[in-house]
Amino acid sequence: MADTIDTRMKHLRSRTPQNAKNDLAADQQSVDLEPLTEPFTSEAAGKRGFSRRSFLSGLGAAGVLAGAAPLAAAAPVLEPAAQDQGESGGTNVTLRINGKDYTLRNLDPRATLLDTLRERVYLTGTKKGCDHGQCGACTVHVNGRRVNSCLSFSVMHEGDEITTIEGIGQPGNLHAMQAAFVEHDGYQCGYCTSGQIMSAVALLKEPIGPTDEDIKSAMAGNICRCGAYTNIVAAVRQVRSRA
Amino acid sequence: METFSYIKAPSVDKALASASQAKFIAGGTTFVDLMKLSVETPKALVDINLLPLDKIEKSSDGGLRIGAMVRNSDLAWNADVQKSYAALSEALLSGASPQLRNMATTGGNLLQRTRCAYFREPNAGTPGGYGCNKRTPGTGCAALEGFNRTHAILGTSEHCIATHPSDMCVAMAAFEAVIHVEGPKGKRTIAIADFHKLPGDTPNIENALEQGELITYVDLPKPVEGAKSTYLKLRDRASYEFALASAAVVARVESGHIRYVRVAMGGVGTKPWRSHEAEAALMGKPANAATFKTAAEAALSKAKPHKDNEFKVELAKRCLVRSLKTATA
Repeated sequence: MADTIDTRMKHLRSRTPQNAKNDLAADQQSVDLEPLTEPFTSEAAGKRGFSRRSFLSGLGAAGVLAGAAPLAAAAPVLEPAAQDQGESGGTNVTLRINGKDYTLRNLDPRATLLDTLRERVYLTGTKKGCDHGQCGACTVHVNGRRVNSCLSFSVMHEGDEITTIEGIGQPGNLHAMQAAFVEHDGYQCGYCTSGQIMSAVALLKEPIGPTDEDIKSAMAGNICRCGAYTNIVAAVRQVRSRA
Repeated sequence: METFSYIKAPSVDKALASASQAKFIAGGTTFVDLMKLSVETPKALVDINLLPLDKIEKSSDGGLRIGAMVRNSDLAWNADVQKSYAALSEALLSGASPQLRNMATTGGNLLQRTRCAYFREPNAGTPGGYGCNKRTPGTGCAALEGFNRTHAILGTSEHCIATHPSDMCVAMAAFEAVIHVEGPKGKRTIAIADFHKLPGDTPNIENALEQGELITYVDLPKPVEGAKSTYLKLRDRASYEFALASAAVVARVESGHIRYVRVAMGGVGTKPWRSHEAEAALMGKPANAATFKTAAEAALSKAKPHKDNEFKVELAKRCLVRSLKTATA
């Protein structure tokens, strides 16, 4: 069979010293496809009977988007989280999120914290990018420390204090970091932004050095495909200097 | 993802009692990832995040006892580690991302699995999929003739050339850490040199743990008086990337001569690569560029590169020379 991994990784070969004079392969971006799960901003489901979210989820169930979001709930669920009834034989779990308790019935043990936040609690500010801990879009705080919510099962988080971007600040009452991102234009498409801000807020309490290099290395777990890095560093630098 | 049963163990005894058919889960940074890729398909998970193994304590012999549940970021920022085991702190901080370091544990890092792209393919080792002797013994190794730029050049076999990905383990190899495990047959200790296994004919067996055994602590021996340590990691980008070559060095120099030295390398071996050849070439010799070069040649003398990773031989030598220079300066 043709070696698709060899084809996918070809761009890296051009970076080896013996090939240093070669240009990067034209397919270098092919491993970095845009996420398919949540391409639009949407209001929280449940406000209206028919949302973009539920419409897209319905399409997924019909097979049109099959494969795009293997872990997403197959059918739209519109009741508030507290009365949510899952289908599979899971366990009942209470998660403390942004200072509020959410009891989730029949939670599938396979549900990641990321999917639970988005699909069961409807806190859709936390984004799914790579779903493998490589992009940082799903960054949330657990007991005050930043983590990748895609690499953790929800059932493991009973008793933890979970904070999402919704718990950091709200329109009209922004966290200083959110305001700084707005002021410095620390985004373009905005998809990675909530993860960037969750990381940036967390690093304020971490024992890192004072320079821009330290900020960059502390933000290394958050990828921005639009390349807003310079402005992100400016936003973080401003908040650190005023802290 | 296949479904699984889940329990949270409140104590080591309870964890061990539940472990016969289960896998332990701690930080999850490797394991959940590999479950999503169908590389790991546990029927049952025992969550060990409640176990009281999250302390870093000075041991009576002057060493350091690290609980298996200590997170990578806490270990890296621990004052004793930074002071007496600097290469370990540097290695940890060079690995993964801050988020992952907040999740990943000491025990889990010891069990980190390779980043070989063939191994990580969901259908590797199945009919119609890539050959992977680590996934399914006897199905071959697609990396031998495939994309092997990131693969190992030391400790390989004709059955597997997968690189061990950990930075932490490389530093621990240089500090000669001792791993404490507890299992159905009781407690025992394993020197880090014996913990990870060469692939040989059985690349599916990666370490010395037996079914049901749990890592409880890692002991670092008393720091060597007057020694300095350093970790240098070379990679495709400056952060958040696995090593192409790395070197941990612990060295003591007296009157210009090397009186104590430990060398371990990463990114080049099928396991964290302690280089006794390099150490032999360094002991008692003057700490200068000529000695370092001889040691680097010795360390890589048995290197067996494949079509895409020949550059690693030279890169690893230069990496080691620079690390030796830093540690003996």
